[in-house]
Amino acid sequence: MSRTLRFAPVVLLVLVLAALVWRLAEPPDTKVRSRMTGKPIPQFALPAAVPGKPGLARQDLAGGEPRLLNIFASWCVPCRAEAPMLEELKRRGVAIDAIAIRDRPEDIAAFLAQHGDPYVRIGADPTSQAQLALGSSGVPESFVVDGRGIVRYQHIGPIIPRDVPAILAELEKAR
Amino acid sequence: MRALLVLLALAAATPLRADSSLPPAYWADRQLPDARQEARARALMEELRCLVCQGQSIADSDAEIAGDMRDLVRRRIAAGERPSAIRAWLVERYGHWVSYRPPAEPVAWPLWLAPILLLGAGALLVVRRLGLRRRG
Repeated sequence: MSRTLRFAPVVLLVLVLAALVWRLAEPPDTKVRSRMTGKPIPQFALPAAVPGKPGLARQDLAGGEPRLLNIFASWCVPCRAEAPMLEELKRRGVAIDAIAIRDRPEDIAAFLAQHGDPYVRIGADPTSQAQLALGSSGVPESFVVDGRGIVRYQHIGPIIPRDVPAILAELEKAR
Repeated sequence: MRALLVLLALAAATPLRADSSLPPAYWADRQLPDARQEARARALMEELRCLVCQGQSIADSDAEIAGDMRDLVRRRIAAGERPSAIRAWLVERYGHWVSYRPPAEPVAWPLWLAPILLLGAGALLVVRRLGLRRRG
């Protein structure tokens, strides 16, 4: 066996160890991005999630102006954390619609009473079918939809203060 | 005594809810009446990845979204849709990641070719070894 070949197993071992250390230090991104970005919102029509507020259908999201579509649920803890940021976006003139995932009207009403109601429309999605059609994989998530009903941007997880400028910029870009 | 009571209260406390209070979707845990359709749905569900418990198929997962995905698969199979069309619908939304079956696309060619190459390399090694022994 040649001299260089004799060290091949050691080199291999070092390479494998380096790969393991690298993955431990920098865990892979486990977020599941929607492939719907750049595509039109799929067809859906959801009934009203709370009395006194209209439900949500595809055509409501193609009204000429960009809108923010928030996927939330009253049972979702991070959704409580992002509620003030949605209020802030609403204050800055952003039109926000929502899809309530696997939720009851009375629970949603209680959630909105406690954490604020920034939504124009809320559609009820009791079996996550609209969520799956959008390529969303959890709550909360938010989509920037332009005036023609095309998905421009997906934000995964709660909107925290430092995300607000990026979302406002995406909404501006979608104009 | 008070410490004991506090401990008992803590043990009885329910953890913060991370799931909804709605029951599973209708077809999430219910078999289709047509056995052939159910078999087709089952085969597809075993090849679709759960979105939140990323190492499990939706057939194995107890996550609510996996139940909702099973509901979607059974509903569409019952409506006469082909499993490949349902898979394509999901791949369009979540990427090839959502399907455990690798696609027959250029990006996956190394995956399909690897066993053939390895088998060839193994055969070559065996032939050379046998040849050496015969000569030696």
